[in-house]
Formats: sequence, structure tokens, C-alpha cells
Amino acid sequence: MSLFPYLVAAWLFCIGLYGVVTSRNFIHLVMCLAVVQSSTYVLLLTIGYRIGGMPPVFAGVPVGTPAVDPVVQALMLTDIVVEATVVALLLSLAVQVHKGTGTLNPDHLRELQG
Amino acid sequence: MNPRFRRYFFLISVVAFFGVFAWGLHDLPPFGHYRGPYGDILNHVAVYERHATDVVTAVNFDYRGFDTLGEESILFMSVIGTSLLLRPQKKETDNNDGKADNSLQRDLDESERRRAPAASDAARVLTLALVGPLIVFGWYIVTHGQLTPGGGFQGGVILATPPLLVYLAGDLKTFKRITRQEWVEAIEGAGIFGFVLVGLLGLFVGGAFLQNLLPLGQTGSVISAGTVALLNIATGLAVSGGFVQLIYVFLEQTLEVKLRVQGGK
Repeated sequence: MSLFPYLVAAWLFCIGLYGVVTSRNFIHLVMCLAVVQSSTYVLLLTIGYRIGGMPPVFAGVPVGTPAVDPVVQALMLTDIVVEATVVALLLSLAVQVHKGTGTLNPDHLRELQG
Repeated sequence: MNPRFRRYFFLISVVAFFGVFAWGLHDLPPFGHYRGPYGDILNHVAVYERHATDVVTAVNFDYRGFDTLGEESILFMSVIGTSLLLRPQKKETDNNDGKADNSLQRDLDESERRRAPAASDAARVLTLALVGPLIVFGWYIVTHGQLTPGGGFQGGVILATPPLLVYLAGDLKTFKRITRQEWVEAIEGAGIFGFVLVGLLGLFVGGAFLQNLLPLGQTGSVISAGTVALLNIATGLAVSGGFVQLIYVFLEQTLEVKLRVQGGK
């Protein structure tokens, strides 16, 4: 079972990418991109995990107790918040596309409009 | 590229991806057997060196504070980009002259049809009663970042929820008043600027950018870990300002219409 978390990360990456490739709606596409990004969370947290390790918070716990890697957790923590704002930026692009063309389907945006 | 070809192309890419992924996994430690040195070193030294019991916060706001500044700039830029893209356009505001074009008329009509029923009394009592506790809780999370899980990012998001609750309670006038643009923008800007300013302090005394030069205080007390606490507050301001700004610009798309409908009643 030691491969299982890595496979979950790969699965999230692929299923999200499949959604991006076949998407017929920009909002759906942005959500799929968020799924792709969440695969990196699973992968990095998996690499930093240690069986029996406690969270890297030493409030009332002696230093030296086995704990998981704090570096990957710090990466994830900032990225979750930043990702939300990037998703908002992409969604605002979708809003503008819909205002300008009346459609959210990427396939209907073939022709260049002057 | 037609959809069929796109799917085949995707399949080939996935096969190639799994090849590279398997190759990459080959040298990784098995799940649960962490062996990188950095995490263990930090877990051992952070409490003594920085007097912070939450090592994740110590990494974010001290050891790798410069990276967090980068992340915050991404956040700042995304919020600015969203505000720019969704700012009210001339044709959307000048709709009283009777010369509004058709696309605008269509937008307005859709918004009117989307109008939700007024918030029930139960929803209003619950949401408005939560506003105070959430502000206290948000600041608690921001200021205790160096002790327990929490910090500027998490607390900032919590601090951005009270305006949303006011909106959910159906009180649009209050919502507009507490999300006054100049205030929200000033809070967000002050957060980013404060972060840079704390960083520059280190340069002024002849040290490194973002060097932790304040007294470290007693481990476990709220005022400890030196600049980590200040940077947490700055980040909390930036994140809460940014999220309120995002909430505002998205709601603004329908807000003007709603306010007009409410005022006309």
C-alpha cells in the first residue's frame, strides 16, 4: 500500500487534465484546473509524511518528538490561499468572455472577432 | 483540433506521463518513511532559534519569508487583475439614457430574473450573530500563528467572511458600506507594504532582508517569535483585504441591480 498516495496524486492530475482537455464550459475548465493543482498537494504532503509522526507543532510537546516535514506543509498552506485568488482571476476572465461573446464554450470561440 | 483527436492526444500524453511519473517515483522513499534532512533540522532548531512552537509558521514567515512575499505578490496581482477585469464598464453604468445597447439589456434582464427571495429571519439572525465571533476568531488565528496551527493566511480568510455574512443576511446597504473600496484597498495595500517594511528593517540595521531582529520573547506566549508575529498580522490584513475585494467585485456584477430593485420596493 505504500504506493497508494502517489497513485491518488497521479489520478487527480490525470482526471483534472482530462476535464481541461474535454471541457465545454470555461467555469468547469477552471474547476478542473483546481483539481490538477490539488494533485500537487497530495504528492508533496505524501513525500513529507512520516508514519507515527505528529504535526510539526511543538506547543506542549518536547522538541525531538518525531514529526512530519514542516516545509511541504508551509508550501501547501500558502498555495491553498493563493490558488483561491488565481481561480477568482480565471473566473473573472470567464465572466468577461461570456459578456463579450455570449458563450462559455471554448469550442465556440474559434472565429476571431474584431 | 477535433474532440476525437484531442482525446487520443490526451491518452498518449497520459501514458507518457505515467512513464515519467514511475521513473520519478523510483527513487522516492516509500510512503511514510520521510528521509529529507531539512524538515527534521527545522523541527529541531525552530523552537530554540525562533521561540515559535508552530514550525510551519516559522518556515513561512521566517526561514522562507522571502518565498511568502512572492506568494503574497501572486495573491495581490490576482486580486488586482480580477478587479480590473470586472470593473464596471461605461455601458453598464450609463443605462438610464435609453441608449444602452442590447447586450447590456440582456445582462440586466438575466440578473433581475435571478433575483433570490429575501433572506428569512432565521438566516438573518444566525448570520448577523456570527459576525462578531468571527472577527474575534479571525484575529485569534492571526495572532496565535507562531504558537498553534494558524497564522495570517488562515486568519485572513476568516476575517473576510463577516462581510459575506452581511450580504447573505440580505443587508445590501450595510454590505456596500463596510466594503467601501478605498478602505478595502487600503487594508490590502497596507498588508503587503507592511510585510515589505518589516523585511526592510533588517536591511536598515545592516542585516539581511526579512531578518528576525526583534526580541524573541518567551516561547509559548502570544508576543514571541519576533517579526513572525508582525508578518502574520501584515499577511492577515493583505489576505482579508484581498478576499473582501474579490467577494465585492463578483457580487458587484449583480449588486447594482439588486439595490435598484430593493430601493424601488
